Amino acid sequence: MTGPLGDLVGYLGEPQSWQGTPGLLNRLIEHIGISALALLAATLVAVPLAVWLGHVGRGGVLAVNIGNAARAVPTFALLVLFVMLPDPLGVNTFSFVLALALFALPPLLTNTYVGMREVDRGVVDAARGVGMSGWQVVMRVELPLATPLLMTGVRLAAVQVVATATVLGLVGGGALGRIIASGFSNQDQGKILGSAIIVTLLALATEGLLAALEHRVRRRPGRPTADEGENPVPATTGRTVPTGV
Amino acid sequence: MGVSLVAVHDVLLGPPQAGFHTASVGDNCLLRNEWVCGEYVTTRQEQIVSAVGEHLSITLLSVGLGLLFAFPLALLARRSRLLRSVVMGASTVIYTIPSLALISVLLPVTGLSRTTVVVALGLYSITILVRNVVAGLDAVPEDVVDAAHGMGFARSRMLWRVQVPLALPSVFAGLRVATVSTIALATIGFLVGFGGLGGLINEGLGSNFRAQVLTAVVLCVVLAVLADLLLLALQKLMTPWTRGGAA
Repeated sequence: MTGPLGDLVGYLGEPQSWQGTPGLLNRLIEHIGISALALLAATLVAVPLAVWLGHVGRGGVLAVNIGNAARAVPTFALLVLFVMLPDPLGVNTFSFVLALALFALPPLLTNTYVGMREVDRGVVDAARGVGMSGWQVVMRVELPLATPLLMTGVRLAAVQVVATATVLGLVGGGALGRIIASGFSNQDQGKILGSAIIVTLLALATEGLLAALEHRVRRRPGRPTADEGENPVPATTGRTVPTGV
Repeated sequence: MGVSLVAVHDVLLGPPQAGFHTASVGDNCLLRNEWVCGEYVTTRQEQIVSAVGEHLSITLLSVGLGLLFAFPLALLARRSRLLRSVVMGASTVIYTIPSLALISVLLPVTGLSRTTVVVALGLYSITILVRNVVAGLDAVPEDVVDAAHGMGFARSRMLWRVQVPLALPSVFAGLRVATVSTIALATIGFLVGFGGLGGLINEGLGSNFRAQVLTAVVLCVVLAVLADLLLLALQKLMTPWTRGGAA
């Protein structure tokens, strides 16, 4: 076999391509590790913030439009700026995780916020009516009902992070992009193709896995689907004054 | 199908000698390698203008191609449930492929050329636009279509005079997302030698040239914002009935 396909098979069939620090296996683990770390950091920041904003009904313009603003900033450009800045930024894991997490924030913020706001006002008022505190309303009513959209946010953020982690290889970082970059500088067609295909499979697996999880969350029994959630009861008529409070 | 990758070495590692700092002795902010440097802009005007030009031409071609393919695909998707899930599924898969990987996979086919960048970015544009065209056409009210039928509109005339105009707000929303994303993603094109401002950013990274990096990054964002505003204005112009609230 010759041509690009032959190069590809040759590269992937060579045990050395998989072994050691610059090998596919290690770079794949790096890729997953740094992506998970960034996603976790972004979730810990974005979800509580969006839940709070959604609960009090503030900051909607910011939460919904932040994605549009973030789209205009090239991931490569931000990473280059980060690695060229002095400590604590520079070519280090902190810079990388921070940059990846920043690009994960918008989908998490937007979807969680919208999920919270789309909870039927009548249901929220009923919860207040039976004497639930603000915290209880969030934990027992709003957050469970917002979970499907929250999971959409997690999926979009995860796919974004996995894609952006590839770019790390262009600015001196590790992960699978490093192999693509080295393939380009060594003019190694098989290396470029092989690592590109593995990154693609990783991204598709992330999307597929989280889409399946999202689907499960949506279908959990006792939880209204999006259609049922659109209750025609106007928000104002559902408002009740808690008695005995 | 051997593709020469000779140029990439330079592209990745930057110019062989970092002549930037000595090129303009006397220009203090260049000498001090400052982030913000007016001298950089004035002394390298030509280079900047040509990078912006390349960036814009890649964006226009990609989004233009995206629009050209998205319309027939959207019409196809509306034919049946099966076709719809095939088109939507394919667009999700393509959208999920990281840009760096997509460019790499296209390399054996289109080589180190502008075509590689345009095809990759065009594919992303298609996936964004096809969704919005379908959503826009889906949202055209049934009774409007019925009324047009009653007035004797034939199928193609119905599409272009009734359905497409009513779908324009959704199409424009997709166009704005596609354009802004394309301007940002185009920077990666430097890998195959056609990244517009991305080329300047990568060169600046290789030689630690701060003014060049910051200027190019800021220009990227400015281009994206301007393109977004321009499309918004064009949308207002093309859909006058959406202005000032529905009467």
